[in-house]
Amino acid sequence: MTTKTFFKTPANRIFFVIILLLLLAPLFLSVFRINLLGKFIAYAILALGIDLIWGYTGILSLGHGVFFGLGAYAMGMYLKMEAAHGRLPDFMSWSGLEKLPALWAPFSSPLSLALIIIIPAILAAIIGFLTFKNRIRGVYFSILSQALSLIFVILFIGQQAYTGGTNGLTGFRTMFGLPLAADNTKYLLYYAAIFFLVIVYLYCRFLVSHRLGKILMAIRDGENRVRFSGYNPAAYKIFVYVSSAVIAGIAGAIFVPQVGIISPAEMGIVPSIEMVIWVAIGGRGTLIGAVIGAILVNGLKSGISESFPEVWSYFLGLAFIIVVIFMPEGLIGLVKKYSTRIAWRVKKEKTAEKSPSIN
Amino acid sequence: MNTILEIKDLTVSFDGFRALNGVTTKIEKGEIRFFIGSNGAGKTTLLDAICGRIHPQQGTIVFNGDKNIMRYPEHKLVNIGIGRKFQVPSVFTSLSVHENMEVSAVKKRGICSSLLQKLTRQQEQKIDEILTLVDLKNYRNKMASELSHGQKQWLEIAMLLVQDLKLIMLDEPVAGMGRKETTKTGELLKKIAQHCTVIIVEHDMEFVREYATKVTVMHEGRILDEGSIDQIQNNPKVIDVYLGRGGENCA
Amino acid sequence: MDTYLLQIFNGISVSSIFMLAALGLAITFGLMKIINMAHGEFIMIGAYAAYVIQNIFSQYLPASIFDFYFFIAIPASFLAAGIFGWVLERLVICHLYGRALDSILATWGVSLILQQLARSIFGAPNVDVKSPDWLNGALLIHPGLQLPYKRLFIMLMVIICMTAIYYLMYRSNYGRKIRAVMQNRAMAASLGINTRKIDAYTFAFGSGLAGIAGCALTLLGSIGPTLGTNYIVDTFMVVVLGGVGSLWGTIAGGFLIGTGNTTLEFLTDATLGKVLIFTLVIIFLQWRPKGLFTINSRSLDE
Repeated sequence: MTTKTFFKTPANRIFFVIILLLLLAPLFLSVFRINLLGKFIAYAILALGIDLIWGYTGILSLGHGVFFGLGAYAMGMYLKMEAAHGRLPDFMSWSGLEKLPALWAPFSSPLSLALIIIIPAILAAIIGFLTFKNRIRGVYFSILSQALSLIFVILFIGQQAYTGGTNGLTGFRTMFGLPLAADNTKYLLYYAAIFFLVIVYLYCRFLVSHRLGKILMAIRDGENRVRFSGYNPAAYKIFVYVSSAVIAGIAGAIFVPQVGIISPAEMGIVPSIEMVIWVAIGGRGTLIGAVIGAILVNGLKSGISESFPEVWSYFLGLAFIIVVIFMPEGLIGLVKKYSTRIAWRVKKEKTAEKSPSIN
Repeated sequence: MNTILEIKDLTVSFDGFRALNGVTTKIEKGEIRFFIGSNGAGKTTLLDAICGRIHPQQGTIVFNGDKNIMRYPEHKLVNIGIGRKFQVPSVFTSLSVHENMEVSAVKKRGICSSLLQKLTRQQEQKIDEILTLVDLKNYRNKMASELSHGQKQWLEIAMLLVQDLKLIMLDEPVAGMGRKETTKTGELLKKIAQHCTVIIVEHDMEFVREYATKVTVMHEGRILDEGSIDQIQNNPKVIDVYLGRGGENCA
Repeated sequence: MDTYLLQIFNGISVSSIFMLAALGLAITFGLMKIINMAHGEFIMIGAYAAYVIQNIFSQYLPASIFDFYFFIAIPASFLAAGIFGWVLERLVICHLYGRALDSILATWGVSLILQQLARSIFGAPNVDVKSPDWLNGALLIHPGLQLPYKRLFIMLMVIICMTAIYYLMYRSNYGRKIRAVMQNRAMAASLGINTRKIDAYTFAFGSGLAGIAGCALTLLGSIGPTLGTNYIVDTFMVVVLGGVGSLWGTIAGGFLIGTGNTTLEFLTDATLGKVLIFTLVIIFLQWRPKGLFTINSRSLDE
């Protein structure tokens, strides 16, 4: 894809503007706000992955919190090992462990960060294989994926000695030797988040602008017709599920050093379904909608729920209902509708000028 | 003549109910073969069994002389040259007409080729040709959802044509079409049959009379009679169970 | 062995509650192809209805009849949840026909609102509902194995409800209409069945069943605004295992998950048991992707 064709798509131009704004944001916002914005960017990356599978392919996964969590825990475990300086991480000694579990051993090396991608990919491949190959789809898949997030939350809370239980992992100090509390590190992490947002966006754009994107949409429209066109939908679904899980894992890894904690609460049923609504509000099936939705909803959430936590629940609940029923295309759909209407009106006025009526 | 599809002793039952009961028939290359019969005679079930949607309990289906295709998954059947059109038009509504054709036209259907390979000039030409044939050339950039019922049917037929199939199965292609559209579909059918064999399930007897080279009458999961249209129209048993007195259209 | 038997007994009594809630879910899914994520909140509404009735009895009525409040609480729970269900169908669900995945999201929004509503009215902390005295105590099978009356009562209640459902669905005129719409909506409508009315009443009925389940839950522990969320996934697994839309499947699924859960928890531990049972359900679906009881369909895309 050349730069010229890239900017042909209006969505890409909007994305470019958003990235510019994000890059310039540190000039205007406090380091606290920048840190918060960095978290939203992690969510935007996550939303891109969900858009790929739900918006384009029509598979509603209610278990993406798990992949986000696995990426986040992989990063958290690495940071924890770095903070422990070769000793046993603090929560393990509290739970009575005396030796580092084998599960944790690889995380003393930065190479283990590859697991941020590998673990979600393997899990998604296994689940995708078991479900899509057997044509478990629609609401059945959604319910199973929701059970998946319940299972993982139970597992992570239950295995306290290995995962830190309900409290999760926290108390990180440094990352690659840089102190996480320092402002400079925070700016660095923020820019790293933007960098990954651009990479993931380009990857998703690459997927959907080729024939593969058309096939994904075709699967959404009529999976059986795709099968009778000679494609194996299961292979495509597994591919897109794995892609989206890896993206969620990356998002989790970007989340952790900025927020400083990862706990099972971030991967449960409730956050998993909320992720989907970011995409719905922004506009499903448009990558830019996912980015805008994630940043907007989370911005509103921290704005409203800081002062009126009750109002937030009502607001979010209503947003779910109204967006799904009355604006299934989300904000982007609304903008599209009005922009074409305006374009149409402008065109009509022009033709009216050209051909004055007889009366 | 050589046989393209040979069905032997095919039996399908759902929860004890025998939808197909020992069906045996041969279809020759280049035929336009019609399957007729009242509702529940097993016509659609037969198509389902050939294209791998359901798995028969008994029997064999041999394609092109040597391949037993009984356990093939649907997408593999398409890749060896068997295609199917369903009763309700099913095209990809959120893709444009051309995109619908593009998805069907490519020969390599793996993930990598879907990402890296563009359509060849030859394929583009072929898409154009076929869209002209079905009168959809001027609609190539329209969304499939904006097409009329008849146009959707033709688009779906066009999608089958561009796949270079050896055997096409159509399930009531003219149901819900007016006379004019029906005639057009029939002409289309003749053109299709120049390159491949066609199996059709249809109720419209006028349509059957006009285009069939051979007709198979099914009744309660069995084959009642098979032959030219004149032959089956004069079979008293067929008249009794399906055509009614005077051989008039009863569907 | 006795502890295991008791565990199994407890497991069955809890899963019989799920069965009741899951039946409501199965009926509404079978009829309207809607997944109602707020179904758990109807359990919660039923539980709070029982709480309100209990409060009315203890505050305004003579103490001598307090013990009978539960007989009022059961229909009250049914009605409260049913009315909420009816309103929900009219306001939200009716826009979602043919959009099963979207219905998951929209009804999740409903569940958020209902939870917050409960929090605003009754407060965030859990509340206790005092069980009637005659339900305290246990049936002595032999020393070491005592079956609590409460749980026996719950099972009896569920059996009565199921018999009522059976008669309603398979023996009454109304049930015939429901099943007709389930099997072929267009055909039923053209035969003069008012499908909109059937939808609304059936949805209300399914919600009411969840309400009774909630009422039963008050006997087992304290209740709170998030009561529903804790049970919704289990309820869904029951429905999926049994075959979505199948009543017999739901009963079998509820029974299997209930006993399986307790057995596995007994053999391993509470967390691992839950993980194992869900894993087993997923493995089972490999073999029968549409659950225990399925209906063959000839449509290409259902």
